Amino acid sequence: MRSLSEIETAVKRASRAVGFSWGNSEEVGKSIRLLELFGLQGIKNLNQYYADKQKKQFEDLNLISEKNEPSSEAYCPIILGISFLDQIKSLENFEIIRFEKIAYPVIFLSFLSRASEISGKKIYAKFDKNEILLNLNLNICSSFFNQEFPKLVDKVEIKFLNNQDNFTEIEWNSLYKLAENTFVEESESLKQGAAGAGLTDND
Amino acid sequence: MKVELRDPNTIMKLSRLGSFHQSKLSFLRSFLSEFKDWDYKRDLFNLDQNGYGEAVYSFKKKDRVYSLICFANEIKDEERSDRVIATKWDAAFTLHDGVPSKDDIERLKNEVPKQEVGRLSFKELTLSRANKSVRVFNHVVECLSEGKQPDLNLLSKVGYLYRTTAVYGSGKFGLADRFRIKNREEINGPFRLEMMLVYLVRQFTFDQVNHVAHYKNPKKAVKLDKQICKNLGIGNSTGLGMAPFIVNHPTLLNNWILSRETALKKIREIKIVENEDSELFKDCVKKSLKNITSWNTDSEYQQNKIKLLLKDVENFIDYIENNFNFKTEYPFNTIYMWLERNVCEECIEYIVSIMMEPYNNITEPLVSNMSSDEDKYFNIPTNRTVQELIVIIEARYSNILKINFDQKENNQNFWFISKNKEEPRLADRFEEHGSELEQPLAIARDIKKLYEKLLLEKNNSTIAKFLSLNSELRHVVRRAFIIEKFPYSEIQDNTISKSIVPIDMLRLKLSFFGALKFDPRSDKWLRICMFQGAPLPNELRNYDEQWVYKTSN
Repeated sequence: MRSLSEIETAVKRASRAVGFSWGNSEEVGKSIRLLELFGLQGIKNLNQYYADKQKKQFEDLNLISEKNEPSSEAYCPIILGISFLDQIKSLENFEIIRFEKIAYPVIFLSFLSRASEISGKKIYAKFDKNEILLNLNLNICSSFFNQEFPKLVDKVEIKFLNNQDNFTEIEWNSLYKLAENTFVEESESLKQGAAGAGLTDND
Repeated sequence: MKVELRDPNTIMKLSRLGSFHQSKLSFLRSFLSEFKDWDYKRDLFNLDQNGYGEAVYSFKKKDRVYSLICFANEIKDEERSDRVIATKWDAAFTLHDGVPSKDDIERLKNEVPKQEVGRLSFKELTLSRANKSVRVFNHVVECLSEGKQPDLNLLSKVGYLYRTTAVYGSGKFGLADRFRIKNREEINGPFRLEMMLVYLVRQFTFDQVNHVAHYKNPKKAVKLDKQICKNLGIGNSTGLGMAPFIVNHPTLLNNWILSRETALKKIREIKIVENEDSELFKDCVKKSLKNITSWNTDSEYQQNKIKLLLKDVENFIDYIENNFNFKTEYPFNTIYMWLERNVCEECIEYIVSIMMEPYNNITEPLVSNMSSDEDKYFNIPTNRTVQELIVIIEARYSNILKINFDQKENNQNFWFISKNKEEPRLADRFEEHGSELEQPLAIARDIKKLYEKLLLEKNNSTIAKFLSLNSELRHVVRRAFIIEKFPYSEIQDNTISKSIVPIDMLRLKLSFFGALKFDPRSDKWLRICMFQGAPLPNELRNYDEQWVYKTSN
């Protein structure tokens, strides 16, 4: 089994070899390492992308807006991912960010996962009909488990999710009531000697 | 009195970094301190009469066990090479996480001797190999088998029975990634498992030499005297492979140097020094003279440094014995100021190291700050402005900005990875091919390029916008934001100049390992000795902490 350290180093060097700058190659190394750690096919997709890249001119998107449509070929997932990381502060202001045609979207996904950690918000992504939740770079929930990621996705929607509970107040109260069963009723004398006892509110 | 930390512009120059010496903060010493109350055991010693076979040594505490697995092999003299191109070694080692099963040993028997072309698993933590110092090993075998102890003069000249030529860890060749083990308290210090491997290998070399001598002449043979064992270490040959490490791990480098600088600052701020502490300091300085006079090297460069060091240390001893009173306030600050005025860089750093000897209370808490969670500082704060980055660069790289990279001698060399051994190398860009594949290790040159580009941008423009048009400078943008928080994270020198002495980079790292007796064999590789004078494993529960200054070799 390859260690993650070997993966990161080899990816960084390979990325430089196909023409990315050293700084961008470092970003790719971190991202593919992450995919492999999460059990997604980072190395496999990157290999195929770099092979395709020799034949096709994928489009670089350096400045992301609310709606993004390439002029001909699909977007390069690496430059798109790095731009997403770099522009995260301004992108958070958009309600939904839409892209058309991204090549090898699983590679882009790794950058989204890192973006989720940087922004401190979960990110919801929809790749055509598949839904994915990027959870603060701690894990990725998707329906792609044991499935090949597509080489091209036509429509992508990205949404930053506000930090909020994913349960109702009623569900919480019900659980809390159970937790209360571990508490002990305090006697009057103990209440009198507890912290703050004997002081006036004007102290 | 408040003493300032020393200026990174002075300390991070290569000539200064190349003058560093081991100290209480060094990894091999902090390893011994951490593992002193672990149970040491030789679990397996299955060597034939010529000393070939397998052996296992372990450290155990509660449920945690680390096992060194050794494979000693017969090789021909012409196959023995310290160079990284070698494919066979006298012995190969791995540190296994836990107690190895028979299957583990069988699996590793096929892989460990192959080193870089073998495959290890997440159950293995470090990997190494070593060659005999044949002259010394054979001499010791001869003597012991005749019932005599070996010639101490010969041992003193070499200092070890075996020399390692690489020690790998952190995920190389399938070894466990650092993240798998980083939360273990006992290895909360850099290179601790690498140090454990080397330390246990040292014991293996003694056991092997005794074993071979015994079988050579079972009736007459004696064991190598324990005191002689203690005065032997493990050698190491180190080349440029180590140099890029300190460039590629900026926050780690910072934490090493910052710990040293913090220790010095705190010691200089001690108002009244206890008599016991000043005596210990003076004793270590005086006893350390032996380390200098027994420091053998054929390198003229190093010989000159040693000569100057010896003269300066003698001069310093004269000063503290005859012209200095430890009863004055802030004595170590006065000493430091005297050193700055009167001695060479090598001697300043030598004495700074010894100043730490009486102060466990200062050094011990710092040891745990010497690792780094590097990923935390990887992301670039791209919402910040060009103006802010310019301010950082002007403040933190002021000397670098003065270098003119249009002059050939300032842009003479390039770093690359050799195709045949995947190891870093340095070459003249005007004489060798391959500079288009240069590694990103010319930080000074690239920082200056970045600075010049930034000056052409609008001050309030964001770094995100700058990077969208200048991705070739991304690696140094990242570094500049790192140095803002970590002042000692960068070598303040030109790593591609004509005058670079690459072994200065190696020596910096090796001094933090705790190496002694740097012996440059060229400007690109050197030999060192580790653990010379260190307690043996069965003495660890009660040992003299100042053993470094008390070797008889």
